[in-house]
Amino acid sequence: MPGWLLTVWAAVVAMVVVFTFLTIMVMFSVWMERKVAGFIQHRVGPMRAGGFHGWAQSIADSIKLLFKEDLILIGADRKLFQIAPALVMATATAMFVVLPFAPGWQVADADLGVFLILALASVTTIGVIMAGWGSYNKWSVYGAMREAAQVASYEIPLALSLIPPILHYGTFSLATATEAQAGWGGMQWYVFSSAAPVAWLSFPLFFIAALAENKRAPFDLPEAESELVAGFHTEYTGIRFSFFFLEEYAAMFVMGAVGAALWFGGWNFPGIHLLEPGSALLQVLALFAFVAKAMALVFVMMWVRWTVPRLRIDQVMTLGYKYLTPLSMAVVLIAAFWEFGLHLIQD
Amino acid sequence: MSSSHPAAAYSRAPGREIELDVATQDCQIHMGPQHPATHGVMRVLLKADGEVLSGAQTHLGYLHRSAEKIGEMVDWLQYLPYTDRYDYLCAMNNNLGYSLGVEKLLGLEAPERAQYLRVILSELNRIASHLFAVGTYGLDLGAFTPLFTALRDREIVLDLFERICGARLTYSFIRPGGLWNDAPEGWLEDVAAFLDLFEKRWHEYWTLVVENRIFIERTADVGVLSAEQAIDWGCSGPMLRGSGVDWDLRRDQPYQVYDRLEFEVVKGSGYRGSVGDCFDRTFVRMFEMTESIRIVRQCLEQMEPGPVHNPEVKSVIRPAPGSAYCGIENPRGELGHYLVSDGSKIAVRVRVRAPSFCNLSVAEHLMPGSMLGDAAAIIGSVDIVVGETDR
Repeated sequence: MPGWLLTVWAAVVAMVVVFTFLTIMVMFSVWMERKVAGFIQHRVGPMRAGGFHGWAQSIADSIKLLFKEDLILIGADRKLFQIAPALVMATATAMFVVLPFAPGWQVADADLGVFLILALASVTTIGVIMAGWGSYNKWSVYGAMREAAQVASYEIPLALSLIPPILHYGTFSLATATEAQAGWGGMQWYVFSSAAPVAWLSFPLFFIAALAENKRAPFDLPEAESELVAGFHTEYTGIRFSFFFLEEYAAMFVMGAVGAALWFGGWNFPGIHLLEPGSALLQVLALFAFVAKAMALVFVMMWVRWTVPRLRIDQVMTLGYKYLTPLSMAVVLIAAFWEFGLHLIQD
Repeated sequence: MSSSHPAAAYSRAPGREIELDVATQDCQIHMGPQHPATHGVMRVLLKADGEVLSGAQTHLGYLHRSAEKIGEMVDWLQYLPYTDRYDYLCAMNNNLGYSLGVEKLLGLEAPERAQYLRVILSELNRIASHLFAVGTYGLDLGAFTPLFTALRDREIVLDLFERICGARLTYSFIRPGGLWNDAPEGWLEDVAAFLDLFEKRWHEYWTLVVENRIFIERTADVGVLSAEQAIDWGCSGPMLRGSGVDWDLRRDQPYQVYDRLEFEVVKGSGYRGSVGDCFDRTFVRMFEMTESIRIVRQCLEQMEPGPVHNPEVKSVIRPAPGSAYCGIENPRGELGHYLVSDGSKIAVRVRVRAPSFCNLSVAEHLMPGSMLGDAAAIIGSVDIVVGETDR
């Protein structure tokens, strides 16, 4: 087999695997979101589709969305309108490439994995702005402008809050950072490590910024249902709408996964050192541990969404620029001194 | 709007004008008639300079059903079901307002037990209505859960109403001369049980909705309505009391048995911001619910068995020629009925003074200078029911 064909083959396999995982995970997240919402709101959530606790609800929803009419308004900028969901979807899928699911189970161990995720997350924003601008709807434009304003205030704290773990492990690679947390019988997570105080300072900052990055409540201003109808995706129907939907849940999972990989030990679980490296059991348990940790963080995002009201745009900007940015800078400084101190002690 | 509002910094105050080399104009947006924050079919034409509103105009009439005109075409008693449909969240209070007006024309009163039951029913409906108001206000601010939590307890009230009159929304139960029927066996005990339950759960709303940091940020100092402005625009109910005006028809023009009951008139005090802001209006609604609990408890204690309908009121009534005005304190403010009779079995004029209509008229003056997100907060805090503004 020639080399280029092998590359193409590997890419196709990786794409299929990533896309299948993403779709299943998103369907599960949507179902989970509805169940969590029901649980919080004294309801039961979907109970009918599929029988057991409405497990097939997401499948039914997806099929319905697939068959919906695809509408494009006459005044809309057709090119922007059509490219936007594809761009959003593509970046959301691409972010999965660098996630370390289990030892060796990673599509590409990019040296700049964290950096790549941040970059792709910013591209998603451009898709959202394109969608809002191209929709020929004032509410959508408002959504797009809010997204643009919001992202400027949150990308900086998000990026800065990722620096403490990167400093601690000395790598941008998620896999390498995860491997470094394998000590103490699989419990030497960043939040329990010698730099634990810094970890607990930086994680809340990361989590709040991630909520804003994902347009989740209380920072869901770009789609602010009670203000902007549905914001940037007001005019989207059918499969194009479902792309935005998919992106939201995929981005939530990615942010949960980054949090899990850098702060909560990634695929490491207690007792991982007892298992033979490379064995099937270890791989499956590691995958389970990683997905469970990421989903736990996703659950917290859902929990927050169904509890708090939405902030106003000026309050979001105030929080981003006046509080989170200086705080995250301070945390980066603290982390730097802490790591310096650790090195002194070790030497 | 107070000058401390964050939006003030961005507004086009004199001296802050920036010279632009492009022509700009304010963006006109139609909020509604189909919009999640308009609480029904209402349209608000917003003028916005970016996120800051520079003007607002409310357009009504999408839900106009000629209720007042119908009043001139049907019997006095046949009109009762139409009163249910002004403000469908507190139909008991609407029934009471109309019935009191007709009784005033007739010059007679309902039996004492009926009067107590009327107060119980209208206070329970006030609780249900305020619950819905607080719940949907959460929805306006982007929190979904308060509404479902509020509906959980509102359901109990609706179940109680269903047991006493068979309907859950449009009751037509309180009617001229008394009530349609006495309370069924065990109903009053269940009302007492609900009050005990709700008194505990009230704290859930207080902590989940009102004492929520983001809720305070979104409502404090937003849409500030001064006491003078509130009086000038004819505001009533929580809208008026939220601005610190001490006025409640239940105490100041007592009707039914309210003069025998002890309760406090809740006023806005600027607990978290300035007096008369959106927070104060919600604050008043929250504490009016606790006062309603007190009122119903006293009624349950004081009530004695007896008839619930005045036999002098037959199915067809012909009040003596004349007119009567009767205003009562609805959950949303003063619901007034001005009734004119010429001695026939059909009214000459049925004029309704709807609290939502008067309260809403000031809303568009609260919006300029605030932000787009505040528009939903202000409309929500006025707590309109479009069925009532349009009638």
